[in-house]
Amino acid sequence: MIENRPITTFVSHSVLIIGVALIVFPIWIMIVASTHDALRLTQVPLPLLPGDQLWTNLKSLFEEKDFGTPIHLTVFNSLVMALMISVGKISISVLSAFAIVYFKFRFRMFFFWMIFITLMLPVEVRILPTYEVVANFNMLDSYWGLSIPLIASATATFMFRQTFLTIPDELMEASRIDGASPMRFFFDVVIPMSRTNIAALFVILFIYGWNQYLWPLLITTDPDMYTAVMSIKQMLESGEGEPQWHLIMLTALIAMLPPILVVIFMQKVFVKGLTDSEK
Amino acid sequence: MLKRVHYRSSYLPYLLVAPQIIITILFFIWPAGQALYQSFLLEDAFGLSSEFVWFDNFIELYENPNYLNSFARTGFFSVAVASLSMSFALFFAALADRVIKGSHTYRTLLIIPYAVAPVLAGTLWLFLFNPTLGIITYFLDAFGIDWNHKLNSSQAMGLVILAAAWKQISYNFLFFIAAMHSIPKSLIEASAIDGAGPVHRFFTIILPLISPTTFFLLVVNIIYAFFDTFGIIHAITAGGPGNSTEILVYKVYNDGFVGLDLGGSAAQSVILMFIVVMLTVVQFKYVERKVQY
Repeated sequence: MIENRPITTFVSHSVLIIGVALIVFPIWIMIVASTHDALRLTQVPLPLLPGDQLWTNLKSLFEEKDFGTPIHLTVFNSLVMALMISVGKISISVLSAFAIVYFKFRFRMFFFWMIFITLMLPVEVRILPTYEVVANFNMLDSYWGLSIPLIASATATFMFRQTFLTIPDELMEASRIDGASPMRFFFDVVIPMSRTNIAALFVILFIYGWNQYLWPLLITTDPDMYTAVMSIKQMLESGEGEPQWHLIMLTALIAMLPPILVVIFMQKVFVKGLTDSEK
Repeated sequence: MLKRVHYRSSYLPYLLVAPQIIITILFFIWPAGQALYQSFLLEDAFGLSSEFVWFDNFIELYENPNYLNSFARTGFFSVAVASLSMSFALFFAALADRVIKGSHTYRTLLIIPYAVAPVLAGTLWLFLFNPTLGIITYFLDAFGIDWNHKLNSSQAMGLVILAAAWKQISYNFLFFIAAMHSIPKSLIEASAIDGAGPVHRFFTIILPLISPTTFFLLVVNIIYAFFDTFGIIHAITAGGPGNSTEILVYKVYNDGFVGLDLGGSAAQSVILMFIVVMLTVVQFKYVERKVQY
């Protein structure tokens, strides 16, 4: 604080509180809606305060088979997909970044540019042909099909490259004099020194993986492979007449809880990673 | 780029890059090549026969008012999302930068939308603005506004813009606040001593100094609005009413998977790829130079 202006500070706080309340409002309404029963959610105006039906709604999400895939199954699928994408992405890009920074070999720049290109091709753009490739590999309706095509990422490779370039050369020279092999150096020096970046990237990629929508929507036809996020669309369309808003909102709440918790509890490392990497 | 000292090994580096390169070729380069190839083909709906038609698919797109409208719509949509989201984020960041107490709480609450999947964000806003049930619809009704985004195309556009901008506020906020923190305190103090008030300081010192971040965010937001908003639109309007919220990415999906116009969809993909390449080049050119205005 530069100078003491109680009135300005007071105004800042009030405006911030109103602003934050507006931003959080949709989330609040979702929580409220998931605690009421179906009947209450057909009566206008809708409630603004929580009800007492949370437990009943929760039970019906686990049990009601004809309403779609049970929630614990879709959450499990999402978890597997998100973990496979984040762990897979981090592993392949940390290896390739290590090769590109620490080795001199033929086609080094060629490989680098090849990876760079992937930055420019979001899955939405090449969706049809990618679908065909996955279908040809028989990977439809499988965890591999859900995760592998989303694993290659220039962003992560760039970030690791950036990090490795800041590791002092002396460390590598020292380890070489001590007779350590490149892989020994990689596991004993490079990986420990990139710990924070790996953690930050993990948060970003976990959210990215968990929140995938179009891709799982296309390649899964078996309800047992549905993910939590995409099951929402089925619920919105299912049945005749008004959608079951109390169950939809509870599903949405459960589907967004893991990434929200990850972001909040790993906030420090996430914010640093996000703003440092700048893509 | 390369370390001053480095290893020489005959096979190890190839082994290390292999996983990424193989996946890149299989799921990026090859499909992109396929899209490029298909964009020159005219295929019948069952995929039984195809004919090489050179640029016919592109010419058809160019002559198709539907596609050109979708182009203009996407432009409007992305500019609206970027400016709405960025101005709110900037406003919040400027305030949060001033206060000391509670700034952590504000940040924690403001980053929540980042973690919400686009399709879920769409579902939330759809519920709030539901024409018969929605809470906001109810309040709007009290003001005499009749809300029905299922019939009114400008209301539909407004709603998808709102939902898309809401989700992106967190990202913009974090970058703005980081940029503001990196401004040297001495500059702010000096101008405060010279008698400049907080508002004056914001416009004459803070805003110019964070302009590189603003520019970076502008590009990122446009890329976001172009490609990452599929879920929002799919949940809220599914491109409707009519085609009024059908942006380019949505059209690729709609024409390819629903309409089964493979050649046309591939041609649209190629055009989108071209747009991403241009935006990425702009972004990288900027990141390399770190321009300061």
